Amino acid sequence: MTKRVVHYVNQFFAGQGGEESAHLEPVTVEGALGPGLQLQALLGDEAQVVATVWCGDNHFAENLESTRREVLRRIASFEPDLVIAGPAFNAGRYGMACGEVCRSVTEELNVPALTGLYPENPGVEIYSRDIYIVPVADSARGMKVALQAMGALAAKLLNGELQGTAEEEGYLSRGRRKNFFFAENGAVRAVEMALAKFHGQPFRTEFEMPVFDRVPPAPALKDLKGATIALVNSGGVVPMGNPDRIEVSSASHFGRYSLESLEDLTAQAFESVHGGYDRTYVNDDPDRVVPLDALRALEKEGVFGRLYEYYFSTVGTGTPVKNCSRFGTEIAEQLKADGVDAVILTST
Amino acid sequence: MKLELRRAVVEDLVFGPATGLAGGLLTVDSDEALRCLEGIPLTKMRLEIARPGESVRIIPVKDVIEPRCKVEGPGEVFPGFIGDVETVGEGATLVLEGAAVVTCAPVVGFQEGFIDMCGPGADYTPFSKTKNLVLIAEPEEGLEKHAYEGALRMAGLRLAHYLAKACASVAPDRTETYELPPLAGRNSDLPRFVYIYMLQSQGLLHDTYLYGVDVKKILPTLIHPNEVLDGAVASGNCVSACDKNTTYHHLNNPVIAELYRRHGIDLDFLGVIVTNENVILVDKKRSSSYTAKLASLIGADVAIVTEEGYGNPDTDLVMNCAKLERRGIRTVLITDEAAGADGASQGLADAVPEATAVVSAGNVNAIVVVPPMDRVLGWPESIATLSGGNESSLRPDGSIETEIQAIIGSTNELGFSAIGSRWV
Repeated sequence: MTKRVVHYVNQFFAGQGGEESAHLEPVTVEGALGPGLQLQALLGDEAQVVATVWCGDNHFAENLESTRREVLRRIASFEPDLVIAGPAFNAGRYGMACGEVCRSVTEELNVPALTGLYPENPGVEIYSRDIYIVPVADSARGMKVALQAMGALAAKLLNGELQGTAEEEGYLSRGRRKNFFFAENGAVRAVEMALAKFHGQPFRTEFEMPVFDRVPPAPALKDLKGATIALVNSGGVVPMGNPDRIEVSSASHFGRYSLESLEDLTAQAFESVHGGYDRTYVNDDPDRVVPLDALRALEKEGVFGRLYEYYFSTVGTGTPVKNCSRFGTEIAEQLKADGVDAVILTST
Repeated sequence: MKLELRRAVVEDLVFGPATGLAGGLLTVDSDEALRCLEGIPLTKMRLEIARPGESVRIIPVKDVIEPRCKVEGPGEVFPGFIGDVETVGEGATLVLEGAAVVTCAPVVGFQEGFIDMCGPGADYTPFSKTKNLVLIAEPEEGLEKHAYEGALRMAGLRLAHYLAKACASVAPDRTETYELPPLAGRNSDLPRFVYIYMLQSQGLLHDTYLYGVDVKKILPTLIHPNEVLDGAVASGNCVSACDKNTTYHHLNNPVIAELYRRHGIDLDFLGVIVTNENVILVDKKRSSSYTAKLASLIGADVAIVTEEGYGNPDTDLVMNCAKLERRGIRTVLITDEAAGADGASQGLADAVPEATAVVSAGNVNAIVVVPPMDRVLGWPESIATLSGGNESSLRPDGSIETEIQAIIGSTNELGFSAIGSRWV
């Protein structure tokens, strides 16, 4: 069965003129138009460009949400199997429009979508995690090559054959790591890479070092007397039975538990579910990770104002940094809203 | 130092009246084999066989050990555990290639894993390709956890040694010679390679042993690669299944194999520096500085560094890298990544700009669904508490949805497997 493709372009590539026509509203044309004619030739009998939707770049940029919805409605009416936008090369507004169209189609119609952008087009940074972007030249002089690359990726998407890396398949990485099996084991690859590195020959690391979000510690409290202090841990200490089902590793969430009227975390009422260390000692006495007993004693002595009435807990082992960042943000928001002045973080 | 590995290939494994190897068929006398475990505080011990392609799941797996024994030369394999602590790596060693001992018990830590002998899970573990003699056991009542780990460790090593010893008179199918001359006599123009062998030593059931010594108590030290081939390094840890180095991995260390293969061709293999992965910062600093100094002292130009585990030891990994590079030693790291089930998170817990050459051993959080198996050896419900699994992993039909980190050896950071992560 012939697959159905809808193509999105701007006023210029629809043959309606340049800046003077950039204010024009969305228009639908049956069949292929402009660069879509060449796309149709590349796709052959496998797929048909059933319609082209075009819109003025300024109109799209200035009425973003309403235009996005209108273009999406027009595209959806053709029940496409795939949507192609552009290529927009290094054009800023056109690139944004292509990105918006592709992201809407992907997320709201659940239909694959691709565009072609110059790698430094601002749209790449905004949309590359959500859509397929074929790297193309910075101007329409690269049209022929761009359409060939986009047509090749379109054919793979239509056939559900996207198996390789982003580079092999011809799109800009969507920022995700995927496992592959290679011809050589890791040790062989490492020695090969080491020889190249030593000899000053080109080599490619398989994993670029991540850039860390280093957070400078807040300044120390000048006076503890009036301070509210909270306890937060990644050692997996939860009420017995793990009511929030926090995972033993690779946690997807954290828990908040009341310390009200408690002087001590007992082995009868609390346990650790952490999967990364021997829990014998913490399960003997959960205060070893959540030092409630010590803080209550200091609170009574008047060393600090009061202990916050809840503690937060999650499991740190194997937990992706993305999750950890979210936990940190959400926990900090709650603590701030409740007027907590300082936090004691304990791990394991 | 010169060592012969005499390899006798095991094509199939069966139970029978007398343990021995003939025509590629390894026969095991189950009763006699279990008698070699007398005195070890385990109960309900039994042996099972799992062959490649069979519909069998083994869960939870503690360690995998290749059967080896000394047939010539000083000492015995697994020094410090089997026989004495004599330096090994010389003479000749018999290897029952293609066979493995697998220990399985309801266990110890939370970071054991499973082995599927067929299906999609089998692709991720090298032990779906070995003929496995599986020891299933339970601890004696009241056995303390660390003693339990020690008992299982010893049981696996003894069984592996017993199997090889029973076949000691067999003619090998092929013999490989491993020999490196003393450092002082080298006059090669080839780049001088050192292997930095990081061993898991975070403690609390995360331990590895060198000649029976817990490596969290050592300063980094220089050893000959042949010592590793004779079992000087033994696993005693319960780190995540995906990147724990089983004793089998140590015996068949792929970095040592590759450096030996290319030695004298395009590199000069100097030796192995064993170092640890302790949890406290002062230990990390001391060990990484000492490692870089040793590498420099023996004149290394290039270092290959392998990690064991993820998270905390990422710091040891990148500290080693930075300090080696600052001494002008070109360094390549092998590590896995914890990039999340969707692959969108950063995969390392620590980083340095000097780490410009890294081999990826895969994303531990990738999800796999493995179908039910006809035969399950062990305790399938344990997937709920294995790292990578959760309470809903085991489905009513016996299939399992889990991160690949619950599969033994899936992202081995010695670079044993062909897996790796790339950008999509």
